[in-house]
Amino acid sequence: MNTVADPLLAHVLRHGDRALVLSQRLGQWITHAPELEEDMALANISLDLLGQARHLYTYAGELEGQGHDEDHFAYWRTSTEFLNPLLVEQPNGDFAHTMIRQVLHDHAALLYWQSMTTSRDQTLAALAVRARNETEFHLRHCRGWVVRLGDGTDESHRRAQAGLDALWPYAEELITAPADDAALRSDGLIGDDIADAWRADVAATMAEATLTLPVGVTAQSGGWTGHHSEHLEGLLQELQEVASAFPGAKW
Amino acid sequence: MTIHAQQRFDSLIEADERIEPDDWMPEEYRQTLVRQIAQHAHSEIIGMQPEGAWISRAPSLHRKAILIAKVQDEAGHGLYLYGAAESLGTTRAELLDRLHTRRQKYSSIFNYPTPTWADVGAIGWLVDGAAIANQVPLCRCSFGPYGRAMVRICKEESFHQRQGFQILLRLTEGTAEQKQMAQEALNRWWWPSVMMFGPPDSESVHNARNMAWGIKRFTNDELRQGFVDMTVPQAELLGLTIPDPELRWNDERGHYDFGEPDWEEFARMVRGEGDLPEQRLRVRREAHENGAWVREAAAAYAARQRQAA
Ligand SMILES: [Fe+2]
Ligand SMILES: [Fe+2]
Repeated sequence: MNTVADPLLAHVLRHGDRALVLSQRLGQWITHAPELEEDMALANISLDLLGQARHLYTYAGELEGQGHDEDHFAYWRTSTEFLNPLLVEQPNGDFAHTMIRQVLHDHAALLYWQSMTTSRDQTLAALAVRARNETEFHLRHCRGWVVRLGDGTDESHRRAQAGLDALWPYAEELITAPADDAALRSDGLIGDDIADAWRADVAATMAEATLTLPVGVTAQSGGWTGHHSEHLEGLLQELQEVASAFPGAKW
Repeated sequence: MTIHAQQRFDSLIEADERIEPDDWMPEEYRQTLVRQIAQHAHSEIIGMQPEGAWISRAPSLHRKAILIAKVQDEAGHGLYLYGAAESLGTTRAELLDRLHTRRQKYSSIFNYPTPTWADVGAIGWLVDGAAIANQVPLCRCSFGPYGRAMVRICKEESFHQRQGFQILLRLTEGTAEQKQMAQEALNRWWWPSVMMFGPPDSESVHNARNMAWGIKRFTNDELRQGFVDMTVPQAELLGLTIPDPELRWNDERGHYDFGEPDWEEFARMVRGEGDLPEQRLRVRREAHENGAWVREAAAAYAARQRQAA
């Protein structure tokens, strides 16, 4: 449950958690990818997301003012304190599943970072330029795969459609801003709403991939406020395993 | 083959110049290189596994980022090397198949377990360190594409070596428990690293021929001595004890004397006995087999795009 009172701090943590959790998921692919080039590409995206998370956590530490560094937010919070959207904690599944998750995410992330480049917050605006450029590359890579898989063989089409069907309930949350974002928006700290643009971009990608957007699905939400699926618990246990065995240690 | 072609090859080797893929070369030279480069490539990609397994558990975000980048580098090394082998006429798919069916080997160093975070440091410091000692001379390998791949790879390996050392340095500066973790990792990895240079010269079968061909520049024992001489002072900096009671500086030789590794164990590891080699190959084969439908889809899509164009 979200107990962070400062809306800007909560916002920064939400996006830091989004990036870290997805980075952790992609890191699990390394040495298991369909080809060596893809081991490298997934590692690269994972690394970029990790870099974004580290910047956001460092800034969260400054906003919070209690002397916490980036590692505090990653290693010393429980799953109910994590504020990432549910989509990014969903398990990897097969390669099609992972690429669908990534393309849904990257379409939202690209629009988000683009909108943040004009934030009145200098730190976030500066990070947004870099993150937007990184995300552009991630989206190009993963969109290419979604199109090739959707429009590849019967098997790849079936798997891509299954991935889209399974993940679609978690997609809307990406573009549904939590209530306390409204005040930040009117203060010019965060950018415009991205929901309509995201819907149009995702529809175009899926059409090119010959995939069908599910209809009549109940959207799942709660991640932005700390209500998670059971998958996050396991992910964090692994992430925090070594650090939590040595409280106070430096690495 | 014409006499002229053989003479040209011999004179290039004699003059210490590079042989390029389109040049004529003796069949045995070609086969030796394909085997050596492929084995090297296989080692790069199998070597991603023991460290890759620690990416999810790295104890700080800074270390996690460095480790992801390292494992990504190793995949890149595999790619350059498969490329160099392909220039000799054997495809990556064929070489991977030889790895998956145990017809070609990878370095047996990756058949040792990595039970703690300190092992990640020890691999970087010692295994990448031994790889550098082995590979710096290969930058001058007579086969051009291999030598050039090595130049690029060695630069990155020296980053890895320093980062591994840094992991252990932080541990030795830390709590008693962390320091013990570092010492135990050194105990595990020292002898396997010393053995990475292969059997002693007295038992090494291809040394002489590969030296004459400019594929090898130093003997196994010379390389091993270089590694020990380089590493002992670094262990002293860390305040860790190398697990060899016979290790001491020899003023006369200007080198460290050291004990005899357990070559029986080395032979067992090279034969790939035990659960871990089985697991390494299984992970590789599963990644390859589970990816088959992805590669097929990409090929089918590309073929249709070509047709439409
Ligand atoms: Fe390497
Ligand atoms: Fe390396």
